[in-house]
This record gives sequence, structure tokens and C-alpha cells, in this order.
Amino acid sequence: MIIGFFLIIYLGPIMLILVVMGVQIKCFHEIITIGYRVYHSYDLPWFRTLSWYFLICVNYFFYGETVADYFGALVQREEPLQFLVRYHRFISFALYLAGFCMFVLSLVKKHYRLQFYMFAWTHVTLLIVVTQSHLVIQNLFEGMIWFIVPISIVICNDIMAYLFGFFFGRTPLIKFAYLLSQYQYFVCPVEYNSETNRFAVECEPSNLFMIQEYTLPAVVQNAVRWKTVNLYPFQIHSIALSSFASLIGPFGGFFASGFKRAFKIKDFADTIPGHGGIMDRFDCQYLMATFVHVYIASFIRGPNPSKVLQQLLVLQPEQQLSIFNTLRNHLREKGMLPPAVEEAQ
Amino acid sequence: MTELRHRGATDKELQHQNSEDKGSETEAKERDGASDNETKADPGVPEVSVTADDTPEVLNKALSGLSSRWKNWWVRGILTLAMISFFFFIIYLGPMVLMMIVLCVQIKCFHEIIMIGYSVYHSYHLPWFRTLSWYFLLCVNYFFYGETVTDYFFTLVQREEPLRILSKYHRFISFALYLTGFCMFVLSLVKKHYRLQFYMFGWTHVTLLIVVTQSHLIIHNLFEGMIWFIVPISCVICNDIMAYMFGFFFGRTPLIKLSPKKTWEGFIGGFFSTIVFGILTTVKLYPFQIHSIALSSFASIMGPFGGFFASGFKRAFKIKDFANTIPGHGGIMDRFDCQYLMATFVNVYIASFIRGPNPSKVIQQLLALRPDQQLHIFNSLKAHLTEKGLLPALEEAA
Repeated sequence: MIIGFFLIIYLGPIMLILVVMGVQIKCFHEIITIGYRVYHSYDLPWFRTLSWYFLICVNYFFYGETVADYFGALVQREEPLQFLVRYHRFISFALYLAGFCMFVLSLVKKHYRLQFYMFAWTHVTLLIVVTQSHLVIQNLFEGMIWFIVPISIVICNDIMAYLFGFFFGRTPLIKFAYLLSQYQYFVCPVEYNSETNRFAVECEPSNLFMIQEYTLPAVVQNAVRWKTVNLYPFQIHSIALSSFASLIGPFGGFFASGFKRAFKIKDFADTIPGHGGIMDRFDCQYLMATFVHVYIASFIRGPNPSKVLQQLLVLQPEQQLSIFNTLRNHLREKGMLPPAVEEAQ
Repeated sequence: MTELRHRGATDKELQHQNSEDKGSETEAKERDGASDNETKADPGVPEVSVTADDTPEVLNKALSGLSSRWKNWWVRGILTLAMISFFFFIIYLGPMVLMMIVLCVQIKCFHEIIMIGYSVYHSYHLPWFRTLSWYFLLCVNYFFYGETVTDYFFTLVQREEPLRILSKYHRFISFALYLTGFCMFVLSLVKKHYRLQFYMFGWTHVTLLIVVTQSHLIIHNLFEGMIWFIVPISCVICNDIMAYMFGFFFGRTPLIKLSPKKTWEGFIGGFFSTIVFGILTTVKLYPFQIHSIALSSFASIMGPFGGFFASGFKRAFKIKDFANTIPGHGGIMDRFDCQYLMATFVNVYIASFIRGPNPSKVIQQLLALRPDQQLHIFNSLKAHLTEKGLLPALEEAA
């Protein structure tokens, strides 16, 4: 599995997206199958169809949002894509509603309760599995390092004993983060290049991935006899990520264990010999992925410039003008623009 | 309330004459009663007991002279009038009060559904569970209100220092709060009750998804303009009443097995009259009239599915009404089940067809960008505006 992991990293972002999608579908399938077994609901009409239909709807919604954001240039070129993007929310909602109506129409007199249970089961599974796998993909677009390091941290935590992992797991990870920060392939945001029609991972690395000199606090200076230390800021973030993985990640595992005991199953499925199902391997990853996404959104990433420009161009002309003036004043204050020369009246 | 519940056939005919009644919703309740009597409870399904009559004493005294079926008729009618007047009153009071009311309705609906879960699963004695449900409700509300407040009260937030920090790290704080609840849940798992606790966890989350997210969509709609709040709600109410009237006078062909007394005639009649209602009330507000046609169509065609969903839910758990909050009408959730789907639709409709992005939010994002990105956007915007002729041709900056 670890070899497979490294192989797909080598293959690049598109492969990773496909793999994430494959994992998501398998996890969804495993959990839904458990639901069927628990409730003996194989004989319910429509139910498998409806579950898969909702999965497709939610995926369509999320992938549509992602595609619109990151493939801006491609989308502007193709006419049908433009239409789909502009009314994306409405189309997704209409698709979802169709599924909702099908559910209501499929209610059978004796099986109401069962059908509602399966409906709720499907939705909670979608909430957990699908939304979080999309957060994984969004993390990926920020830069492959935001995908690789969290997953490695969780795997590392799993492999080493919990207590040992807390202390010793960090050192190799910090070195690993140091290693990865040097390469553009991992560090740059994944962007779609409309000329070559491919994903490109080239950029000027942000401050996060440039070596900075940090002055150690006095206490540590005396102990360690160094004045400053050269680190990538990303390594500091990776400490935060690994702390989260050690402290809170296990709760995801406990939640899954509790779930398995509640429904008296040993493993989610038998997909991987010796390890159980895919869900068994990924239960801690999901919580981690959500955390990384929130972390990036709060502390790292600003808004996406092309998205902001896109929104600007859709506004009313008066609003655009007022924003233009505000921005101009702001940039002048910052010294980015030369001060205005008054036009002679 | 028990005598109001076990209505006989004669009472149903009387109900039909009540023109102020909130139509098809009450029909659904009566039909539930009829069919529940037919299908005796199967042993595996626990009954949810109905609480005692809580019609206000005042009404009881005033109507003491009438026979039970007229009393029933009057109670429902009076409460309907009361609700509609209350609706107009709070509209008069303005947006802030409306927000408060939406919040209260949401809390009450959440409470009702969670109580049903407790009764069904006899999970009163589960440790922590009520605390956890309310805690999750608080978390999700904090998250949503934070997003709303940040968007619409941007300048106020920027001024006050503590608010600024809260809004900058809002997602992180909300996530941390939610995680705390998640960890508390995991820690509270008790050996014998695993399955029950997971059920309640799932139940809570689905309820949050349905009730809380959609009530925030209502608030978003409200901020777009009170008309986007008033017209959808009125459309749903109108559709209820009109479908009921048409069903009573012309109803012959049954609509769906789930609610045997709904008819195609009622459905179609309700559809046309709601559209007419929408057109008439917005007659001076063209082009909004076109949108009101779309809204009315949705309310007539899809709205009932929300009602069927709620009816199916009530039948599945063998309950008559969600609760006994409103005498004669059941719980708050009974009144609002169609509204939620409508609110989501209105929100998606506005986002897709009406509203552009929010300018203050765009400025907020602009100012958070890096300076070189800001410069790039500035130049693009300048080029765009100059092309459109909105900016006089400026001399090029050196």
C-alpha cells in the first residue's frame, strides 16, 4: 500500500484526483452495504438506485464547484461548459430534488420506517465521506505537499505505537517536511494551464517554503547554544498538523471502532486482505483532511485571485467603479501605485 | 387534545367547511388518523404517546357551550387567524425581529424532532445526549450566524477588535467547537448502548442538516429583501388553502398512496390559483412578477413533496403530529415542513438568477490578497472599466 502511495504521487495530480474519487466510492459502498445488512433492506424497491443517485448528485455538485474555480480559463472557452457553470447550483439542486421526489414516490406502506432510516443513513454517509474527500481534493490543489504530509502523518501515527508516535513520530516528519519543501512539484498550487491543456505544478514558491531564520527564545538559546535556526515556515505548520493527528486523529478511529461494535461487525469490508475494508484504513484520514482544509483556509491561503476577478466582472458597473476607487486608494496608501496626478479641469 | 385527535367521519365533513383552515395539512393529519387505526401497531415499533389536551383554558371556557365538533372547528379557525395575524404583525416589526423569530422557530422545530427521536428510542437515560444535541445545535448556529454577520455587517465587524479576530478565524473556531462536541460524543460511548448512541448522533445530524441549514437560507433570502421572505411563505400558505378548497369541491382522483385524500383536482387547482395569487399580489412589481410565477410554480409542484415527506415520516414513527404546540394544528414543524424546501429553492434561485456576488464581500477578499495579486486585479479591472467607457482614459501611471 505504501509503495502504491508513492507510485500515485509520482503520477501526478490528475491521478491523485481519480484515486481519491475511487476511494470515496469504495468507502461509500462499504458503509451503505453495512446499512443494508443491518436493516435487511435488500428487498426495498429503488433503494440502491437512490443511494448511488444521491452519490452522483453530490459529487456533481462538488466537482462542479472545483472545476469552475480551477479551470476558469478552460470553462470560459467552451460554450456548453459556460452554461453549466453559470447555473451550476440550480442544476445540482434540481438533480437533488429529482432524487428527493423519487424517494417520496417510492415510499411503500409497510416499510416507511426502514426507508427513512436508509435515507438518513445515506445522507450521513454522504456528509462524512463525500464532503471530506472533496476537502482532500481542495487541499491537493493548494499544493501536493498539503496532501502528502497529512496522509503521511496519519499513516505514521498508525504504524508507530500511539505514545511513541507522539514524541518520535515528529522528528522524521519534520525532516520529511523539510525534504519535500525544496521541490516545486510538491509545493506549488496545482494549476490548469489552458495553453498546454494540462495541470502544471510550477510557480514561485510562497514565503511558506522559503527558508527563514528564526531567533530562538533566550531559554532555548542557553540550552542548545544556537542563536538562530533555519527552518521552512512549513515545518512549523507541520508540527501543528502532527499534533492534531496525534491528539484528535485517534478520536476518528474510536468513532469508527464504536460504530463497528454498535453494529457488531469486525471490519467494514474485506477488500484488503489482512486489513479489512478501505474505510478501515481511511477513518482517521477524514477528520485530518477536514482539519487541514480549515487550517489552510484560516491561516494560510488568501482568497483565490482569479475567483475574485471573476466575481468583480459580474457586478454592476456602479459597484465595479466603487470597488475600483476603493482599491486604488488602498494601493496608493500602500505605495504600490504612484500618487494621483490631479487632472486639470 | 385527545378528542380532537380521534375525529370521526362527521368531523371531517365539518372540517371541509372551514375556509380559513390551513387546508391540506390538516387533511393529512386526519388521514393519518384513519389509516393508523387500520394498521395496528406492529410489535417492533414503539408507540409515541400523545400528550393531554392543551387547548388554552380561555378557549375552552368560551366554547364550552358548543358540541365537540363545532368546538374543534372554532379552535382550528381561531388559531389559523391568530397565526396569519401574527405573520403580518412580525413583518411590520422589521428584519431584526424576523431574524429572531426564524431563530426561535428553528430551535422549536429542532426540539420537536429530537424529542421524537428520544421517544422512539427510549433514550432519555442516555448520558450526555441531550447536552450533546443542544451543543451541536449551538455550534452549527454559531457557524452560520458568524458567516452571515461577517458578510452583511462587514464594517461593524472591522471596527471592533475582538469581532475582527473572531471573524478572521471564524472557520477555525467553529471547527474547533464542533470537534469538541465530536470528542465528547466519542468519550460518552457506553458499552451497552453503542448502537443507540450512533442512531441519536445520526438523527441529530440529519435534523441539523434539514432544519438549521434551511432556516439560515431563509435568513439569507431575507437579507436580499423582505419580499423574498414574504412571497414564498405566502405562496406555500396559499397553495395549502387553495388545494384544499379545490380538493373539497372537485376532488375525485387520488394523488398519491401516501396521503389518500389528496386529489389531482386539488393539486392542479392549487397550482393555478397560487400562480394567479402570485401575479395579483405583485402586479406593480414587474419584472418581479415573472419570478413570482416561478416561485408559485415551485410551491405548488414541489412543495407538496415536502408535505408527503413529513407525512411519511410521521407514519413511519406512528405519530399523529410532531408535537402539540399549536392547538388544532400540531407542532411548529407541522406548519413549516413545506416551507423548508421552498426556502432552499428560493435561495438557489436567487443565487443562480438574481443576485450577483456581494460587493462588500468582494472588497473583503480583495483586501486579503497579496499586494502583487491586488495590483494585477487592479490593472485588469481598470482595463475592463476603460473598455466599457466607465472610466475616462487615464494617463498611464509611470
